Amino acid sequence: MTFEAVEILEEENRETAPAEEPEAARVHRKGLSRGGLVWRRLRAKPRFWIGGIAIVLLVLWAVLGPLFTPWTISFEDVNYFNYPPTSLHWFGTDLLGHDIYADTMAGLQKSLIIGFVAGPLSTILSAIVGSIAGYIGGKLDSALSWFINLMLVLPSFFILVLLFPFTHGSWVIMMLFLAITDWMIMAQVIRSQTRSLKEREFVKAARYMGFNAWTVVTRHIIPNVASLLIIDAALGVGGMILAETTLSFLGFGVQAPDVSIGTLLSNAEAAAVTRPWLFFYPAVILVVLLFAINLVGDALRDAVDPTSGVNRS
Amino acid sequence: MALYLIRRVINYLILTAVATSLAYLLASVGLNPAQPEQQRHPRPPQIVIDHLLDRWGANPHVPLIERVWVWFSNILFHGDFGISVQNQPVVTLLTTRAGVSLQLLLIGSIIGAILGVVLGVWGAVRQYKPSDQIVTYASFVIYATPVIVMAILLMVLATGFNQAVGTQIITFSGQYSADAPAAFWPQLGDRLVHLLLPTTVLILTSAASYSRYQRNAMLDVLGADYIRTARAKGRTRNSALIRHGVRVALIPMSTFFAYSFGTLVTGSTLLEIIFSWHGMGEQAIQSIQQNDINGVAGATFFVAILILCSSTLSEVLYAALDPRVRR
Amino acid sequence: MRENAGVASVSRVRGRPLLEVRDLSVTFPQRKGGDVRAVRNISYTIAEGELLGIVGESGSGKSVSSLAVMGLLPTNAKIEGEILFDGKSLLTMNDRQLSDIRGKDIAIVFQDPLSALTPVYTIGDQISEALRLHDTALTRRAAEVRAVELLKVVGIPDSERRVKAFPHEFSGGMRQRAMIAMAIANNPRLIIADEPTTALDVTIQAQILEVLEEAKQITGAAVSLITHDLGVVAGHADRVMVMYAGKMVEMGTAEEVFYEPTMPYTVGLLRSVPNVRTASTERLVPLEGRPPSLSDLPVGCPFAVRCPAAIAECLEVEPELLAHGQAQDHLSACHRAGAIANGELARTDIFPRPEAHIDSAVSHGKGETILEVTDLKKSFPLFTGAVVRRKAGAVHAVDGVSFSIAQGRTLALVGESGCGKTTTILELMELTKPEGGRIVLEGTDVATLNKNSRNALRADIQIVFQDPAAAVDPRLPVGDVIAEPLLAQGVSKHDRDDRVTELLELVGLDPAMADRYPHEFSGGQRQRIGIARGLATNPKLLVLDEPVSALDVSIQAGVINLLQDLREKLGLSMIFVAHDLAVVRQIANDVAVMYLGRIVEYGPISDVFDNPRHPYTQALMSAAPIPDPREERSRHRVLLDGDLPSPSEQIDGCRFRTRCPLYKMLDPVRDAAARAKCEQDDPNLRPHDFVEVACHHVDRNKLLVD
Repeated sequence: MTFEAVEILEEENRETAPAEEPEAARVHRKGLSRGGLVWRRLRAKPRFWIGGIAIVLLVLWAVLGPLFTPWTISFEDVNYFNYPPTSLHWFGTDLLGHDIYADTMAGLQKSLIIGFVAGPLSTILSAIVGSIAGYIGGKLDSALSWFINLMLVLPSFFILVLLFPFTHGSWVIMMLFLAITDWMIMAQVIRSQTRSLKEREFVKAARYMGFNAWTVVTRHIIPNVASLLIIDAALGVGGMILAETTLSFLGFGVQAPDVSIGTLLSNAEAAAVTRPWLFFYPAVILVVLLFAINLVGDALRDAVDPTSGVNRS
Repeated sequence: MALYLIRRVINYLILTAVATSLAYLLASVGLNPAQPEQQRHPRPPQIVIDHLLDRWGANPHVPLIERVWVWFSNILFHGDFGISVQNQPVVTLLTTRAGVSLQLLLIGSIIGAILGVVLGVWGAVRQYKPSDQIVTYASFVIYATPVIVMAILLMVLATGFNQAVGTQIITFSGQYSADAPAAFWPQLGDRLVHLLLPTTVLILTSAASYSRYQRNAMLDVLGADYIRTARAKGRTRNSALIRHGVRVALIPMSTFFAYSFGTLVTGSTLLEIIFSWHGMGEQAIQSIQQNDINGVAGATFFVAILILCSSTLSEVLYAALDPRVRR
Repeated sequence: MRENAGVASVSRVRGRPLLEVRDLSVTFPQRKGGDVRAVRNISYTIAEGELLGIVGESGSGKSVSSLAVMGLLPTNAKIEGEILFDGKSLLTMNDRQLSDIRGKDIAIVFQDPLSALTPVYTIGDQISEALRLHDTALTRRAAEVRAVELLKVVGIPDSERRVKAFPHEFSGGMRQRAMIAMAIANNPRLIIADEPTTALDVTIQAQILEVLEEAKQITGAAVSLITHDLGVVAGHADRVMVMYAGKMVEMGTAEEVFYEPTMPYTVGLLRSVPNVRTASTERLVPLEGRPPSLSDLPVGCPFAVRCPAAIAECLEVEPELLAHGQAQDHLSACHRAGAIANGELARTDIFPRPEAHIDSAVSHGKGETILEVTDLKKSFPLFTGAVVRRKAGAVHAVDGVSFSIAQGRTLALVGESGCGKTTTILELMELTKPEGGRIVLEGTDVATLNKNSRNALRADIQIVFQDPAAAVDPRLPVGDVIAEPLLAQGVSKHDRDDRVTELLELVGLDPAMADRYPHEFSGGQRQRIGIARGLATNPKLLVLDEPVSALDVSIQAGVINLLQDLREKLGLSMIFVAHDLAVVRQIANDVAVMYLGRIVEYGPISDVFDNPRHPYTQALMSAAPIPDPREERSRHRVLLDGDLPSPSEQIDGCRFRTRCPLYKMLDPVRDAAARAKCEQDDPNLRPHDFVEVACHHVDRNKLLVD
């Protein structure tokens, strides 16, 4: 999700520009808080509702879906090897008689958990590092910035591949690794935001009142970059799901007998032409999930920054 | 400016050296090259295994920090990247595989960027018209489709196409067919056909993100004061947008180039695996699977150098596009 | 009536009408809520060679109406009416046809010259572009030669070299000169100047207005000068048009509008502006309230709710623009204009001067020194390049500044941007040992403070910032904002809440508003919130950094009056940083004029302002616009050359020498010794009567005023 972050940076900078007359006039009249304003704009976006509802439905499906099937991920139905979808095996079976529906549900659950844990986790990490580096400045800032640059020498995917032996096959550890390899760019964004906030008068005022650094950061800096963080977390969910899928596809993620969408795609790769059901169901669900998350993230970004993209006349 | 760039490159080089050393260290701790040997039947004598480990510079009795230094200094002073588990010098692997990867990366990044920028500008200028909507939604869908899914989908489609036509027109396994006629044109044609699917995936994914980014950058400048000034001087809206707007909206793209390059490398690694191209990405993945420390480190080194080049290029582009950062 | 208006204003015009705007309305449709009606049914004409001043506060529609003339409004704007330029209808033209007129016959100078110039092309390229767009036969080379000439015309020295510079390499004043060069490139017949000096310092503003006058002389063009500053139009405009809430509310010659206004809004506006010559002798007249929302306009007169002279009719029927006095082309849109014109309703009665609070019951123990600053120094490391962070020396932002403040007095620090006035007060607020010199607050040398004693002392010195939108955290309700200094001092929640109520009342806001968020308040109200926060800990010294410069003129007066009252009531001492000399004079007892990190003149304000002795003070005083056409036209100006030198520049001797008009008048032969003194000796502050001046030739300064 790297480029989203950069984009947000550009937009947040723009936000400090004076609002145009008509917009200002409207804000005054309605007298809404900022959060209320964002919500009002968000509410008006079909993209937000389409994406949001799709995500809710997928979550519900992941939770309730497995209850309606007798099959489990490790069960091998010896009567149905390589069977196309039937009323018995809704998504068909694979070479060993595994039920694809049960596998896909398990994969979807894993994707959702990983996305919704690792995405926000990396955002929290970037908020902490970025705001501390930006606010304290000096040597600490130089050191943290250098470390961020060091982490950026290799694409996070390669770092994750290198870290694979250390997961010992556990997808929970992998989830943590995902979070700690994808916070750097957002941390840079937060750092630069913090540096400009630090020069803003209300932050200076707080400093002159005698508040310490921690209070200023938690009371004034973090709330003022919260919108950025929310967007990053939302888009990070998609990024993490994608990263997990990619790693598992290559064999560096979820290990057999456990399954994820990545391992399912990996199994389906060679058979996609001859046995399309192996590929079709997990792929479509993955694309729908990512699409929905991107829609919500995009709508959020537009709602937070009314001068961006589609809002502009 | 030149001096500044040199300083930046030196800084990147230091970062690269540290990062690849750390990568070697990680690989040394995480991988166990002795394992495949120990599992062999019959198990080779320990002395043979130790000998092999020494050859690979992976003997666990040598302190880790010393192994890292030996590896690093060998590269620095002798250009020697060590020996792979297949007993080939890693340098040979690197040179043969680098070309394969670069082919994909260059085509993907250049065509993808140009296509994306053009589509982005076009979409922004024609904001809300049907053509803009189509481009926007198409890029949205492509953006949400992982490389894996898109690659497999294209393979399925290509197979379907071949079956429909009745002959194997689109071939997509490996870089070339072994049985292609030796003449220049058939050879070239054969390679181009093999390039078709993987580069399509790369171009589509990078064009999708470039176009979204460029469209936003362009929308930012639509309302800029200097566009208004250009119109006040006597330009029409479109002429002001093209002459003044696009030029300024290109500036953030230079930064985006560096950011997106990492994603591109990851994507091309996946494509090498899926389409059986014997490139650097495949090398990295196989080396991990084979517990090949030197192989992993060599591939990592190559990727780090690529990132270094793209970062430098992006800064040169930035300075070329924006006089405000020049000295 | 609108026909009427058109005919009436034409009759007095000397030349042929060049631009005729008839019944123009501009509406921005909104997807939700009422459409924003930015301009409503305005009609006016500009004659050849005329200078029309268009005055109004932000949101009055003054810029929108001019952009409509240029055809530069956003595409969603709905434009009605008729605009004739030289008899041709502009509104029926398409973009291509208009583009032939734009830049050739009608040119525009925008407010912010940094964002108005394309950052990636050189100044020369951008001027050449304007030339070549309308003269396709012109070669690239010839256009460049002409661009150099144009830069010379607008007073950019070394123009052969400067033509190759990029906009970011120019100072604000030079950019605006370049914009003017671009505007006059094709000898236009109408120049629209949209707030051309708002972003600039006062001495630069004087220069730019001069250049604009010159450009007008050279091209013979008519000028429409749009501004919020009555002082700017007073000296330059032939006729003045006042706008309010998208309506034209008064129109007449400069004399008529300034001396015999018949619209209460104009009356109030004129009475609320401090005048640098007369300020501080009387209180300002505040113009309470704020303009109506353009998307939700009232039925009657839009000014009625703020108008003390309003009658029932005003709330029901919107008045038409009509002539009320003898002058047939002095128009105003007011039901009471007739009564005002014939003297039935005295202007001074509509907006009477408020009485000062004289309940300084608290004995303040005047005279006791609160703050003493001696030889304060602060420098910043200088880096070159935006990305290329290389240390290239230091900027001495504050270089040996000394002053003191007694209990109950107000000291003003004035000077142009970059003079070090803000750095000085921020350095004060740090309450740490300064880089150089000594700061003694209430008898305590701040260098001796430890963390706890420093925080305790912070209660006694508080700051109010310039931009009320930026000075309060947008995410906290105003009650929390105001209570913040108390929180820092460890005051209990209950006591904080009580104090917030007290403070809101003190600054004239409703205590029930404590739960609201800052963006629900207007600029003036937000500044009151900032002041309430500054007063929360009952400080002895309040530091104010340009507290009114971000506010509309009609709002300024109320905030200034509030500060005066608070000073009396609470016995506050204040440091007041500002660039607006009239505002400063209104409120301060003493003044220190700063230039390049030094104080050049220091003393009681009336002594300094009535008889400025330093050439820089003289230039500042003469550059400050006065809202009085006769005075403004007759006064002698001391214009400064060029811009503030780059702070990194090393200047030997007197720092002001490079721009000093007095130094320039010294004869190289006859006054060689005097010149040498300026070049070699850095003058110190020396007492002259009641003031201190840092100039070697105070005895000669009369030269400038004569």
